[in-house]
Amino acid sequence: MSRETILNAVIFGGLLAVPLWACIVDEPFTITLATKVAILALAGVGLNIALGLGGLVSLGHAAFFGLGGYAMGILASHAQSYTPLMESPLLIEGTKSMPIIWLMALITSALAALAIGALSLRTSGVYFIMITLAFGQMFYYLSISWPAYGGEDGLSIYVRNGFPGLNTLDPIQFFAICFALLALALWLNARLIRSPFGLALGAARQSPQRVETVGLSPFRLRLAAFVISGAITGLAGALFADLNRFVSPTMFSWQTSGEIMIFVILGGVGRLYGPVAGAALFITLEHVLGGLSEFWHIYLGLLLLLVVLFARGGLIGLIAGREVHHD
Amino acid sequence: MTEAILATHNITKRFGAVTASDGVTMDLRPGEIHAVIGPNGAGKSTLIAQICGGLKPDAGQVEFLGQDVSTLTTRKRARMGLARTFQISALAMENTVLENAVLGALGARGGTLGLIRPVLRDKTLRDMALHALERAGLADHAKTRTSELSHGQRRQLEVAVALTLQPKAFVMDEPMAGMGSEGSARLTGFLDELRAEAPILLVEHDMDAVFALADRLSVLVYGKIIATGTVAEIRANPDVRIAYLGEDA
Repeated sequence: MSRETILNAVIFGGLLAVPLWACIVDEPFTITLATKVAILALAGVGLNIALGLGGLVSLGHAAFFGLGGYAMGILASHAQSYTPLMESPLLIEGTKSMPIIWLMALITSALAALAIGALSLRTSGVYFIMITLAFGQMFYYLSISWPAYGGEDGLSIYVRNGFPGLNTLDPIQFFAICFALLALALWLNARLIRSPFGLALGAARQSPQRVETVGLSPFRLRLAAFVISGAITGLAGALFADLNRFVSPTMFSWQTSGEIMIFVILGGVGRLYGPVAGAALFITLEHVLGGLSEFWHIYLGLLLLLVVLFARGGLIGLIAGREVHHD
Repeated sequence: MTEAILATHNITKRFGAVTASDGVTMDLRPGEIHAVIGPNGAGKSTLIAQICGGLKPDAGQVEFLGQDVSTLTTRKRARMGLARTFQISALAMENTVLENAVLGALGARGGTLGLIRPVLRDKTLRDMALHALERAGLADHAKTRTSELSHGQRRQLEVAVALTLQPKAFVMDEPMAGMGSEGSARLTGFLDELRAEAPILLVEHDMDAVFALADRLSVLVYGKIIATGTVAEIRANPDVRIAYLGEDA
């Protein structure tokens, strides 16, 4: 077993153990923090597929995070006010069911990623960063200026959405849902890395000409990666909205895109558990340093600077060393 | 004359005032190695790019397997069986040697790419890749990270990846570049066998290799082919002597 595998197991176990312990000693706030870590890590896992595996520096992942959030907000707000979303040509009603909301969040953000990717993947480098940023901002201003769904004030959902057989209002049960989805996404990501698609996508990042000369299309590979990436981040958005029982344009803001990227960079770009380590570190810092000073972002910035300068593999790279290749 | 596998008809490419390809007409016939030589800046790379699809000619056609492929993308030409090796190795450096070869096999197989099943567990792909590595003399390095290969071994891997495509024609851009004399000799021997499988269009600076391998030679100077013929004919050609080989060659 490599050091990275052991470290990953420790992170996985740690994220599971902390809320369980908090549940026993009755510290619901700690469970909420752990839930937040799991959800933000999920958003980071999504971005890491585009950024780490595909080499696509997207500064617009807030678009997918927000779309997931609004998919939840819109469906649940219609359900709580007993008004249908649409009456003709076919009747669509709101819902308070998590599985349906997740499905809608996945579909909406995947479609958005398909459209955004199809346009922005024609560029690369700085242009790609700027175009994805611009798309994210488009959604941000759209959400602010659309009064039907709260505009600047956002949407409040009074009761958390339901999952068959579980009481989602119980913090530890909601944590279990988020953790299970994170584990599923990590499994998918791990498989993806070793799959034919993952090999071709990784090669397209390192040498696009090579991929073309064996008859594969780097553009299509990247687009597929962008769609998978956006969909996973969108699912995280739906969960995040459910955690707060609130959706607002902030989810679409470029700061959100930046934060998701910070999780990935802090933890280690392209490392399977990078986003999990990064999100955990981020939330811990926010909680600990945020208690000491209002300006805790200064320390975060300093840490980020150190990671970028001295630990290119992020936290995972620092502890586990260079990536090992398996047969 | 046998039917050519690959041919260019009068292709011309201009970059501003510079004519990089000036009505180039040449062909590659079954079983042969056709070498293109020429001084630096003669337009060899531009010619290769037009043949493989990286650049579109301003005029003229590129024909592959009897079909006009001038407007097809690099990818489509590769799918038809045109395998290219790069002057500066274009490999996935972070991946293993085997993974690079498997990538070639993956492209050759076509179809959609799976998302879940590990690619290295696919026995067909793995066997194709290992076979190509073995032929290129890299079987012992299958699990080595590509960035750890020597320069010469990377060139071998370039050829191995091209082999996995089971191509109808090879286009090789200076496969010997930067190789030691021993490695160069070994690769020369290998290319010699390879021509029976698919003809090779060889752009090369290493004159020993060119004279040892080429069935025919074309000399490119300022974007124009000034002579085409056997090694003996080219050696005897007075224009070539002046333009390229030097008076005393």
